[in-house]
Amino acid sequence: MNQLIAGISTVSLARWQFAITTVFHFLFVPLTIGLGLLVAILQTVAYKRKDDSYDRMARFFGKLFLINFAIGVVTGIVQEFQFGMDWSRYSVYVGNIFGAPLAIEGLLAFFMESTFLGVWIFGRGRVSPRVHLASIWLASLGTFLSAIFIIAANAWMQHPVGYKVITVHGQKQAIMTDFWAVITNSTFIDAYLHVVFGAILTASVFMLAIAAYHLRRGNSVSDFGKVARIAIVVTVLAGMGTIFLGDSQAKQMEQQQPMKMAAAEALYDTQNGASFSLLTVGDLSGNPIFQIRLPHLLSVLATNSWNGQVKGINQLQSEATAKYGKGSYVPILWVEYWTFRVMVGLGFLLLALGAYGLYLMRKGRLEKSKKFLRFASWMLLAPFLANATGWIFTEVGRQPWIVYGLLKTSNAVTVIAPGYVAASLIGFTAIYSFLAVLEIGLMIRVATKGPSALPATSTESPERALELVY
Amino acid sequence: MFSLLATTSTSGLEQLWFALIGVLWLGYFFLEGFDFGVGTLLPFLAKDDLDRRVLINTVGPVWDGNEVWLLTAGGATFAAFPLWYATVFSGFYLALFLVLAALIFRGMAFEFRSKKESESWRRWWDRAIFWGSALPALLWGVAFADFVHGVPIGQNATWTGTFFDLVKPYALVGGLTTLSLFTLHGATFLGLKTDGQMRERARRAGVLLAPITFVIMFVFLGWTYLSTRSMHHAGLVPPFLPVVGLMVLASVGWLIRDRFEGWAFVATALSIVTLFTTLLLNLYPNALVSSISPRFNLTLADAASHPYTLKVMSIVALIFTPFVLVYQAWTYWVFRQRVRRPGEEITATINEPVEA
Repeated sequence: MNQLIAGISTVSLARWQFAITTVFHFLFVPLTIGLGLLVAILQTVAYKRKDDSYDRMARFFGKLFLINFAIGVVTGIVQEFQFGMDWSRYSVYVGNIFGAPLAIEGLLAFFMESTFLGVWIFGRGRVSPRVHLASIWLASLGTFLSAIFIIAANAWMQHPVGYKVITVHGQKQAIMTDFWAVITNSTFIDAYLHVVFGAILTASVFMLAIAAYHLRRGNSVSDFGKVARIAIVVTVLAGMGTIFLGDSQAKQMEQQQPMKMAAAEALYDTQNGASFSLLTVGDLSGNPIFQIRLPHLLSVLATNSWNGQVKGINQLQSEATAKYGKGSYVPILWVEYWTFRVMVGLGFLLLALGAYGLYLMRKGRLEKSKKFLRFASWMLLAPFLANATGWIFTEVGRQPWIVYGLLKTSNAVTVIAPGYVAASLIGFTAIYSFLAVLEIGLMIRVATKGPSALPATSTESPERALELVY
Repeated sequence: MFSLLATTSTSGLEQLWFALIGVLWLGYFFLEGFDFGVGTLLPFLAKDDLDRRVLINTVGPVWDGNEVWLLTAGGATFAAFPLWYATVFSGFYLALFLVLAALIFRGMAFEFRSKKESESWRRWWDRAIFWGSALPALLWGVAFADFVHGVPIGQNATWTGTFFDLVKPYALVGGLTTLSLFTLHGATFLGLKTDGQMRERARRAGVLLAPITFVIMFVFLGWTYLSTRSMHHAGLVPPFLPVVGLMVLASVGWLIRDRFEGWAFVATALSIVTLFTTLLLNLYPNALVSSISPRFNLTLADAASHPYTLKVMSIVALIFTPFVLVYQAWTYWVFRQRVRRPGEEITATINEPVEA
């Protein structure tokens, strides 16, 4: 009994720890992925056209990219090790399959990203401009590769394929039978593209917001005007990509994890031609005080047909108990309901921001529209919130499973006294809060100062020794 | 049908992956060893902020790539020996938390310290670099000593100990060994990477550290030889490896004093490699030795993934490892110059660096 109580609280502490460290890590990662690409593009334009303006912007956003990159790296180390620390029974169960992408990520992606980023940071004026340009592209490629493996690993937890469960020394383990199936998992491909488009969208909105801030104040108008134009076009394209893939994921979710879809709408009973509620005032138990509903939208979203059937929570719960035994198979509804709406709502809002920007560009009024510029600077926070709610939605929605249909979260946690987990939970939360304050402070400082604070270009004295960058 | 999994050896793949993970750890300690050393020496060798920047910039372009060796070792252990990964990382819970916290502050410090012109801002990050380097340098040695001496695991690799089972005298000597050896390695690295006064200071630090390091490592390896073999018959220790390691380490003092800087660096690198090879071979064929009873030892075969996973990973490793080694070596070549204070004269050198 004592151990049972200890087990329960260890699970919830470990889940909080994973949630906090992962959401925090993923505030920075999408910006790294997207901004690396955008900086590479700016630097390429600067290189091809020998254009000082693009070069300044590449260095300015490059500096912000590095501040952000550092925190992504150091929090990433925790990600790699906390599976073993807090989720050792999970690690044993899935190591055969889940470990491989993690190892390959290190070998293929992390080495590439860190090594070439080192060349990029320290190599200006030391390697040729062409090699310097190649190094930011290779670092960026590394970030995109890294997302492949981690999303493939996560997709396997959402929708296990290419495996077989066996018993080794009395412990169940999933072993891999088909590596190709694991890395071509349908869940993986849509999720990867959704995440990557989302990352590019994050960076383009970040760029646009900072450019808008400076344009509104009349700082380096010609430089930031150029950047804003690129950012607007990328925001529109990436916004459309993110939404399109998200829609495709919804249909997949109805097939693979119908409970998550039902929870996203708090739909209790199976329906044909189900409507979608934009928002609800009151509780989600079916008797709202106020609701705005769009007819048939949920059916279209989940099944692509006007009168398609969307399964309800009650039916899915009884199906699950028949299949897996007693217990609740319903995730936390209010979390699912609201994170889904925040994520989707912000996605459309950002697309609208891009579209409005595009309109102003065509009219030639981009720099003059104070209203747009103010709105754009405030939208800086939106993609970060959308990224976080998106992951909370998909991870909480899989509960009570850690590996869907195979292993429950409560059976995955390390058998350890809750005190250890509590100590590291407090420790990581304290460290991360401290880092967040520093990071945000530094970001704001560098971003608001603008390119005027950059050091002079280093091409002036080629004979000098290794530059003291750090 | 799957009974072959339960037997001790299914193929050579476990041995191969034990060797590969061993190489990843060796690479990690060889490379991050010197940047831990530089971080530990930071408050002792630097007289002003410019000095500190010189020191930090010697590892600036490479520290992050060096740390990836650790991540890859962790990932490879997860994939190839899930039970090993799960047992170690949950068992060393608080110790690992400390290492992670230290590495977090250290990494932030490198990237953040010069992003703001402020004396106190920089001083705080410098402290983070020192503690973030010295603490993991110590704790990795503690951890590896624990591996060799045995950890409190029972049936089915169930962890039965607490944090304090991990900090025994033997393990602390192991920690001091790695701390002093990495610091010495940092000093020989700085001999190759700095110039003028700093190079001279690194030399003096090396001359001072070399005999101390030798004594600590001698005690540690002697203790290892006397205790572990008789306790567990845990595996073979080819005696020439630790002996060669000690002999090489004994030469470091002379090499530094007579300004054979390249050879001194090679010697500290070899000492690190022989030390960890000795410890890992001592572990073989176990992944973990139980301090409770040899019956509970976790063998590599018990901990290993299914051969299918190991085969897939072997193919991936075979294809991509050469590229990684080539481009990482290339960056060391690109940044092979010594780091100097702006305007510092380039001094003539007798022994040019043998670059790694």
